[in-house]
Amino acid sequence: MRLTLHIWRQSGPADKGRFATYELDDVNTHMSFLEMLDVLNQELIERGEDPVVFEHDCREGICGCCGFVIDGVPHGGQRGSTVCQLHMRHFSDGDELFLEPFRAKGFPVIKDLMVDRNAFDRIIQAGGFISVRAGSAPDANAIPIAKDQVEHAMDFAECIGCGACVASCPNGAAMLFVSAKIAHLGLLPQGQPERDARALAMVEAMEREAFGACTNFRACEATCPKEISISGIARMNKDWRRALLRGGTAVSGKRR
Amino acid sequence: MKLDARIPSGPLASKWTQLLSDLKLVNPANKRKHTVIVVGTGLAGGAAAAALGELGYRVEAFCYQDSARRAHSIAAQGGINAAKNYQNDGDTVYRLFFDTVKGGDFRSREANVYRLAELSMAIIDQAVAQGVPFAREYGGYLANRSFGGAQVSRTFYARGQTGQQLLLGAYSSLAAQVAAGTVKLHPRVEMLDLVVIGGRARGIVVRDLVSGAISSHVGDAVLVCTGGYSNVFFLSTNAKGCNATAIWRAHKRGATFANPCYTQIHPTCIPQSGDYQSKLTLMSESLRNDGRVWVSAKVGDERAPGEIPESERDYVLERLYPSYGNLAPRDVSSRAAKRVCDEGRGVGPGRRGVYLDFAESIARLGVEVIRERYGNLFEMYEKITGENPYTVPMRIYPAPHYTMGGLWVDYYLMSNIPGLFVLGEANFSDHGANRLGASALMQGLADGYFVIPYTLSEYLARTKLEKTSTEAVEFRDAERLVGETTARLLGVNGSRTVDSLHRELGMIMLEKCGMSRTREGLNEAIAAIQGLREQFWKTVRIPTGSKVNQELEKAGRVADYFELAELMCLDAREREESCGGHFREEYQTAEGEALRNDADFCNVAVWEWTGDPSKPTRHIEALEFETVKLATRSYK
Repeated sequence: MRLTLHIWRQSGPADKGRFATYELDDVNTHMSFLEMLDVLNQELIERGEDPVVFEHDCREGICGCCGFVIDGVPHGGQRGSTVCQLHMRHFSDGDELFLEPFRAKGFPVIKDLMVDRNAFDRIIQAGGFISVRAGSAPDANAIPIAKDQVEHAMDFAECIGCGACVASCPNGAAMLFVSAKIAHLGLLPQGQPERDARALAMVEAMEREAFGACTNFRACEATCPKEISISGIARMNKDWRRALLRGGTAVSGKRR
Repeated sequence: MKLDARIPSGPLASKWTQLLSDLKLVNPANKRKHTVIVVGTGLAGGAAAAALGELGYRVEAFCYQDSARRAHSIAAQGGINAAKNYQNDGDTVYRLFFDTVKGGDFRSREANVYRLAELSMAIIDQAVAQGVPFAREYGGYLANRSFGGAQVSRTFYARGQTGQQLLLGAYSSLAAQVAAGTVKLHPRVEMLDLVVIGGRARGIVVRDLVSGAISSHVGDAVLVCTGGYSNVFFLSTNAKGCNATAIWRAHKRGATFANPCYTQIHPTCIPQSGDYQSKLTLMSESLRNDGRVWVSAKVGDERAPGEIPESERDYVLERLYPSYGNLAPRDVSSRAAKRVCDEGRGVGPGRRGVYLDFAESIARLGVEVIRERYGNLFEMYEKITGENPYTVPMRIYPAPHYTMGGLWVDYYLMSNIPGLFVLGEANFSDHGANRLGASALMQGLADGYFVIPYTLSEYLARTKLEKTSTEAVEFRDAERLVGETTARLLGVNGSRTVDSLHRELGMIMLEKCGMSRTREGLNEAIAAIQGLREQFWKTVRIPTGSKVNQELEKAGRVADYFELAELMCLDAREREESCGGHFREEYQTAEGEALRNDADFCNVAVWEWTGDPSKPTRHIEALEFETVKLATRSYK
């Protein structure tokens, strides 16, 4: 099939950026979306042009590297899917597509479709963990956890950290991402000792970054490749308020 | 060359514990004076960096991805083994050890494997304490599933995302150490050389993948935890960025490479659908718990699967290996699939595929149970193929997946270059000629959390290191060399893309050095690789003029594959026997099974770089089995 692609080209953070248009004449419907871009890039290299930079690695929907916006929708709109899992059979001959990087103040563009998501790491470093030194754990079966509860925790733990939630949010909020970690650890008995500190520290870190706040558009859960529920955000808000009322401090982890 | 594996004396079961009592330790106050460089943040690197940070070392951790959370360990689906015996089904440390040695076709080191089995239980404890949501039974206790090559149920899992959850556990511990100030992360950076001073590993040279800047980093030890080299085949189950550059450049600095020909072709991957394909997707081995592998009994059968009656189906693995059935080990299952496809009984486009059918399990257990166990895998399959595996059997075919070979290490995980340690898939030590399912996660985490913290202290406590800096001539030379290689790649300005050359290399390797090999085929491959390598340096075309240059990154990696590929073929040619994933057609039993030659090849082939990729020197580390009796591996 034939495709017309309008792809955002931006040489670096200082560049204003613009759309460039490319025509592909012979796109196989079995290709993945990224394979289609591979084909385009091979052509560009052969023509002596700069290939389109986009981030990708596992191409199995789990590493969280990939992600850009197709026609206004992060990851292209296939439910529960990253863009690497999207295949060309979902498009039609003659389609015209607009490809842009994730647009959010918290994710500055590095080049073309590649953005800087380091803010996510900084938020996790603020408290998205259980402090347990290697070697100090009790027997794994010492703490029984109800099956439903662990499955519920897993629903949040599945987050791949791709940032589509931020890109889809009109406020550029990172609350789905942050809450997924708070909910995952907060739902488990192992996560209780640092629960208050975690909520306070992660929310504080999130607010230091250039992310907005949630106003319940729910675009995030609609685009999330792991279909993480915004009930996590309610849980995060509850944990944060509870921690404030209990006079918690945002310090966790062992400081040296 | 002296290759001392430094295996502790004493009975197998007490080697490690005795060593722990004998090791020299670094005083807590002195630990912070030592800088440790960790390259790679997968299970091995992430766990090592976190554990060493917890001990108080100054850790510098490097990864090529934008975040330490993305290494390809994340894609491991099925599970992690541990000899917990929670199922009361007769598992012991010895049994896990024995299964792993047998699974590796008696080509691994007994002492290393025993230690791995011993440490397996602490890994599960550690992961649970970190908040890894392993599957549980209704009573709240941990659940297990079965995996290939074992008759006990010892695999712990978190849906089909076990690797993800374990990696995020390690990453969260790493994040805690970043907050504590012990670990500094360097994302989007690629190691391009190892710096050896006075015979010891003292640092690395890296390229910043955003700015393009080349820089040096000094350390008291270097830990390379950069995974395997399956991407030499171009199409593999690895992430696109997985590469052998760190281990290969260390090899060129003197680190020996062990058993490069031991590669694992995983039986359950989605078959290739076209020549534009960029990678192959694995379907977890756990699917073989409930899926049955079959093809038509007739050659060239054009009927749809539903139209082929039971009586005309050949359930290949159940027929050939009745006691293990569909859970036969990976190498055995892959070869069985290849054989029926070679006979013309394959299914799907190009007849390179076999069915993995869940109909019987769905009828027995109900669709909901199957959905709970494998839902995300089924969805992934449907996204890629457009077919619904609940109603149509999956099609699978073997694909390059894991490399058992890697840099040679001793019992302390140290290479023959003092101060250079190699962890996880990047080393050769634990899986022999074939890795059993759910053992890669186990090894990566054992190496990182529970081996290196001890063995590194032994090295640092016993070594007097001279002060050095990035101004040292060795660092300057390495930086210059890296700069020259980059300039040379950019200077070719030929007519072929990196990918087209890499694809061609991959085809050679898959055909001649893949699931089955012959002396003649390997000779052809070696000649073809040499020719193509020359072509690469004459015709590769890399765009210039930008800081972020993904083609340049690829080109550097592919240049290394061109050298490594030849070594793999040389190693495969020299190993005149069949064992595990290394199947030489000349050496097989009447039934077509692998025929080992213990008299001549009960050893590790250890290759030394000589400056000419075509003329490496082969050394031998003899494998001594004190406990296990060498036997013909049978799963019948």
